[in-house]
Amino acid sequence: MSRIAQTFAALKAEGRGALMPFLMGYDPDLATSAEILRGMPAAGADLIEIGCPFSDPMADGPTVQLAGQRALKAGATLGGILAMVRDFRQGNDHTPIILMGYLNPILSYGAERFCADAKAAGADGLIVVDMPPEESQDLAPFATAQGLDLIRLIAPTTGDERLPGVLRSCSGFIYYVAITGITGTRSATSADLAVNIPRLRQHTSLPIAIGFGVRTPAQAAEAAKVADGAVVASALIERMAASLDAQGRATPATVATVLGDVRALAAAIHAG
Amino acid sequence: MNKPVLPNSFRTGPDAAGRFGTFGGRYVAETLMPLILEVEEAYKAARADESFETEWRRLLKDYVGRPSPLWFAQRITEHLGGAQVWMKRDELNHTGAHKINAVLGQILLAKRMGKKRIIAETGAGQHGVATATACALFNLPCTVFMGATDVERQQPNVFRMKLLGAEVVAVTAGAATLKDAMNEALRHWVANVTDTYYCIGTVAGPHPYPMMVRDFQSVIGEEARAQMLEATGRLPDTLVAAIGGGSNAMGLFFPFLDDESVAMHGVEAGGHGLEIEGGHAASLTGGRPGVLHGNRTYLLQDAEGQILEGHSISAGLDYPGVGPEHSWLHDIGRVQYVAATDKAALDAFQLCSKLEGIIPALEPAHALAHVIEYAPTLPKDHIILMNMCGRGDKDIFAVAKHLGVEL
Repeated sequence: MSRIAQTFAALKAEGRGALMPFLMGYDPDLATSAEILRGMPAAGADLIEIGCPFSDPMADGPTVQLAGQRALKAGATLGGILAMVRDFRQGNDHTPIILMGYLNPILSYGAERFCADAKAAGADGLIVVDMPPEESQDLAPFATAQGLDLIRLIAPTTGDERLPGVLRSCSGFIYYVAITGITGTRSATSADLAVNIPRLRQHTSLPIAIGFGVRTPAQAAEAAKVADGAVVASALIERMAASLDAQGRATPATVATVLGDVRALAAAIHAG
Repeated sequence: MNKPVLPNSFRTGPDAAGRFGTFGGRYVAETLMPLILEVEEAYKAARADESFETEWRRLLKDYVGRPSPLWFAQRITEHLGGAQVWMKRDELNHTGAHKINAVLGQILLAKRMGKKRIIAETGAGQHGVATATACALFNLPCTVFMGATDVERQQPNVFRMKLLGAEVVAVTAGAATLKDAMNEALRHWVANVTDTYYCIGTVAGPHPYPMMVRDFQSVIGEEARAQMLEATGRLPDTLVAAIGGGSNAMGLFFPFLDDESVAMHGVEAGGHGLEIEGGHAASLTGGRPGVLHGNRTYLLQDAEGQILEGHSISAGLDYPGVGPEHSWLHDIGRVQYVAATDKAALDAFQLCSKLEGIIPALEPAHALAHVIEYAPTLPKDHIILMNMCGRGDKDIFAVAKHLGVEL
């Protein structure tokens, strides 16, 4: 059983949903993001998403865009982020790591080599934002061969005729995009979730995580209850960005701010 | 005209997956996927409906002023002393460039789809002006995304768009140029799915856009083919067109692709020179394949797959990608792609103005720069047909600055 499947199974037995915080690798610099990563499990992260920056992130709102720009300026590369994961695994063997990014840097790295290196570094799953099932031919075979889960985004606009095909191509868990829009710009509504999560359940037995509109501990708790997990990204990045100095450098408050927020999110989810 | 379709026709693409060979496709987030599938269905239905074609053709004739003339550029020909230089005069279109051809087709499609507002991206502003124009005509609200850097560089077109009633959004993300404007338009579209149509300006983006924009722009090549046959009794020997995203070139080339005797040259923006990284916008001759803006195509990118900013004196050519059909035509060798530098384009801009009384846009000035180099090497009975795809009114400020003239 993969780390991702094990984690969701254990949480199900506990009767609660998963907290999946996001951090952009190398934002604002390698050492700070590595320290945040190391601290996240103890702060209550059940799974962790690491963003791999791309110059043209067309599904992301301003907050994640700026995080990516800071990361690229700090020298982020796919190889560097895989090294971050490898270091993290020295001290943690149980928290699943999901790499989230865009296709072009992966193709440039070499899809087959990337999947092999990601697996060797200790990553568990991939989310490739601009790779719908129809365009998976260049990556999916290699991910499957390495036992990396390929996690798919499902949108509110994904209709019933399209849904089964997308779900069939998915493994690990389903990432439900809770808003029609880009990351961090709106909040998910309970009404949409109440309709769409059961609709997904009819077609899949995979766990469902909700992202793209989950900002507060209360929203995270609700998402983790309605579905199986909540992804929080922009809200954490905004607070981290606010902790930086005028030159965009980390301050003593940076790591503590982010991990404190993760703790608050976890507490809300645990309180259910 | 009644020749049987060759089994190896170059005009059958894209396939059902939106691919030209290995290029093209639909590399978009799931949030966008249902939208582009909807556009594809609507476009298929529209093409099957004769009234759609009739209305589009009426607009081209009575509003745009098509057919655009075919002009034998006698003085340039004499000056160069080699091949005959002919120009397809798409700069005479309403709004001053070829962009309006595909915009009108797309706006008619948006209306059929029941969309209530239009968004577009623009670099130099020509596509933005064309879209704002069509939206004024059809009384549709229009929002144009334009990189903040370009807004600064292209004030006259920004003012035009506003006069036409459009809202211009200055995009500050990334490098604040055309690619960032396209990112922002895609983001806005995802967030406004139900009522909004995204009118893309070139033969790039996710399927069906490269096909659809090519189909509409093919009016250029269809007219030119018939006009050349009427004027000279034969087909041209070489077609030349400038390439940014590649819509004017695709429009000229496509109807000739199966005419074996017709050679084709696409001219990319060589900027300061292809040897300078970040100094040009020549995706085909100076880039490598990758995925951006929904399609697999040649891109300007660094070793890590991060997209580079293109540079060109022409704001309409400094896009780091190119239409996927061009990438395919490049790989199979049906079209030759070359580059012209900023300097060569500036020289061509001035020569054309003085010898033909035609002030070209900086984009076709790149095509002409190649013609200037190529024509003298050819015999006098060789016919070169270049696409004069836009006029230079928008560029006079930039050109004056480059020539050290204060206006």
